[in-house]
Amino acid sequence: MSQTMTTQHRGFRSLKARFTLRWSFWAQTAFITLLALALFGPIANLLIWTIAETWYFPHTLPNQWGLKYWQQVFNPYSDVSGSLMTSIIIALCAVVVCLLVSIPAGYALSKHTMPWRVGFMLLFLIPQAFPNLTVYINIARIFYDWGLNGTLLGVVLVHSVHGLMYSVWISVAAFSSIDPMLSRASRNLGAGPIYTFIHVVLPQAAPGLIAASIFVFLESLDEFTGTFFVGAPEVTTLPLLLYTASMEGNYQISSITALILLIPSIGFMLIINKFMRPEMLSKLGK
Amino acid sequence: MAHLDIRQLQVGYGDKTILHGINLQVQKGEMIALLGPSGCGKTTLLNAICGFVPTQSGEVHIAGHEITQLPAERRNITMVFQSYALWPHMSVAQNISYGLKVRKIPKAQAHKRVLDLLSIVNLEGFENEKVTNLSGGQRQRVALARALAVEPDVLVLDEPLSNLDAKVRLSVRHELKALQKKLGFTSLIVTHDQEEALVMADRVAVLNQGRIEQLGTPEDIYQQPETPFVADFMGADNCIIYKTSEPNVQLHLPNRSTAQTFALYFRSSATQVQAFSNSKNEAGLTLSGLVEQTAFLGQQYRHTVRSGEQVLQADSRECWPIASQVSLFVPPQALHVFDLATHETSNAFQSNLRG
Repeated sequence: MSQTMTTQHRGFRSLKARFTLRWSFWAQTAFITLLALALFGPIANLLIWTIAETWYFPHTLPNQWGLKYWQQVFNPYSDVSGSLMTSIIIALCAVVVCLLVSIPAGYALSKHTMPWRVGFMLLFLIPQAFPNLTVYINIARIFYDWGLNGTLLGVVLVHSVHGLMYSVWISVAAFSSIDPMLSRASRNLGAGPIYTFIHVVLPQAAPGLIAASIFVFLESLDEFTGTFFVGAPEVTTLPLLLYTASMEGNYQISSITALILLIPSIGFMLIINKFMRPEMLSKLGK
Repeated sequence: MAHLDIRQLQVGYGDKTILHGINLQVQKGEMIALLGPSGCGKTTLLNAICGFVPTQSGEVHIAGHEITQLPAERRNITMVFQSYALWPHMSVAQNISYGLKVRKIPKAQAHKRVLDLLSIVNLEGFENEKVTNLSGGQRQRVALARALAVEPDVLVLDEPLSNLDAKVRLSVRHELKALQKKLGFTSLIVTHDQEEALVMADRVAVLNQGRIEQLGTPEDIYQQPETPFVADFMGADNCIIYKTSEPNVQLHLPNRSTAQTFALYFRSSATQVQAFSNSKNEAGLTLSGLVEQTAFLGQQYRHTVRSGEQVLQADSRECWPIASQVSLFVPPQALHVFDLATHETSNAFQSNLRG
């Protein structure tokens, strides 16, 4: 009698356990599906647009599939390849400008003896602290006076101001994480300060500097507001082209452009993941 | 004339003076240990000699040239750092030949020197190894080879053995000493380990609060400490203040009046534990007390004995039971006697009394 009861009891318990398990399984599945939809839905939509030739409103899927627009985009005379080149040239120049500023600045700011250290660090944050539009409209006004509006140089400068925050802060972290004894050891063995900087400090800071460069490059590639006010219409970067294309309702071109912009972002993020060492991240902003 | 001559060196940061008028003469080929507790300024002294911290006053001379104001790279004094400070982006050979490359020594010659040094420090075949793949002891040797590669006028070692585990430390200590004897380099070694200083150095300078308390051979420092601080630091950590009025303390010193107040320092190893007896007229210090605690040290037992207000440590091969009454006897040659009147101003001594 008691045996049957325990069996029954056990059966009920296992049923309950199974039910709880199944319920939590479905809840998890639903949650993950929703999350995936939220994350990948727009991207899937974008991917479909890149291979749709015609797609009208009531239809769930495109009426006509094809790579016609890819050919258009990669046509050497198209706007896309031209503005891709412009974008890359501007991004590379912005990286160079940012490195030229942030290597000496980062090295100096990594020394805790430097006066007004925190003040200088915050200085590079200021352009980010104000609403973008205000800052860029003012820059555009000043650049107009200097004749920099609509020039590559003007756009490079705007992107550099934007990128400096990342590059300076990351460089400071990179230089701070170097053991000061390493350069003492070099001085000790007869090397002057410059020789020491080139042969000991810079190689140690290199991973951080590479990460900083990648950030600047990506930020420049994606930058829209500043380019719009300072560069347009003479300088057309990919984001500007994307904007014009979607304004004109040309979703195919804008989707392909967006996809092109996505590739370096993902690639470089993987690289940054490798270069950003945890001990360096712990020095960020210190 | 001394090879390295430090005269009245004063170093400080801001208002804080760390070294107060250090005078030290190091002969060529000599190894001097700077011994002291942390914060006594021994590492600051090394940094000042190397040119890493500015000096406030005083002079440093090397082989007759003044180097007080020269930048670090023009001093030809190399340091073996506590953290080794090897460059992780270079191989063992690149680390060692760095100083030679800076001096623009031809590659073939530099390479030969690297191989020579690697065989001196017993690291043959490691030249292409990455520094990060080496063990602590091996890194230590690479750091030493790197410092010796440029044939420095003076080699300074900043707690070179403190990052090694106990067993490796003993062997590296002997290797380092043997190497110093063989190559005859002039060196200063900073340590807080008295045994390390005694074993390795030709002379020991005991530092306390930015001053050299005593400079002498290891034997002198150990057997004839000149100040209470040195006595205490060199292991004579039993301290009693002797007053004639104390009933359970008897002091008989040859050639010395015992009517004054003295501070007496002695080692636990020199303290004999005996069965309690009331009167003893032997020369030396006799105390009576109760055993409070015992600890087994291997060779002997260490007894914690309370005698009146004072708690003392005494070693004995025999284990005396807790709470038994014993007599402690210290022979006169093992007693370090300091007249309180002359040493009263010593800060270390004061803090010692408190501690």
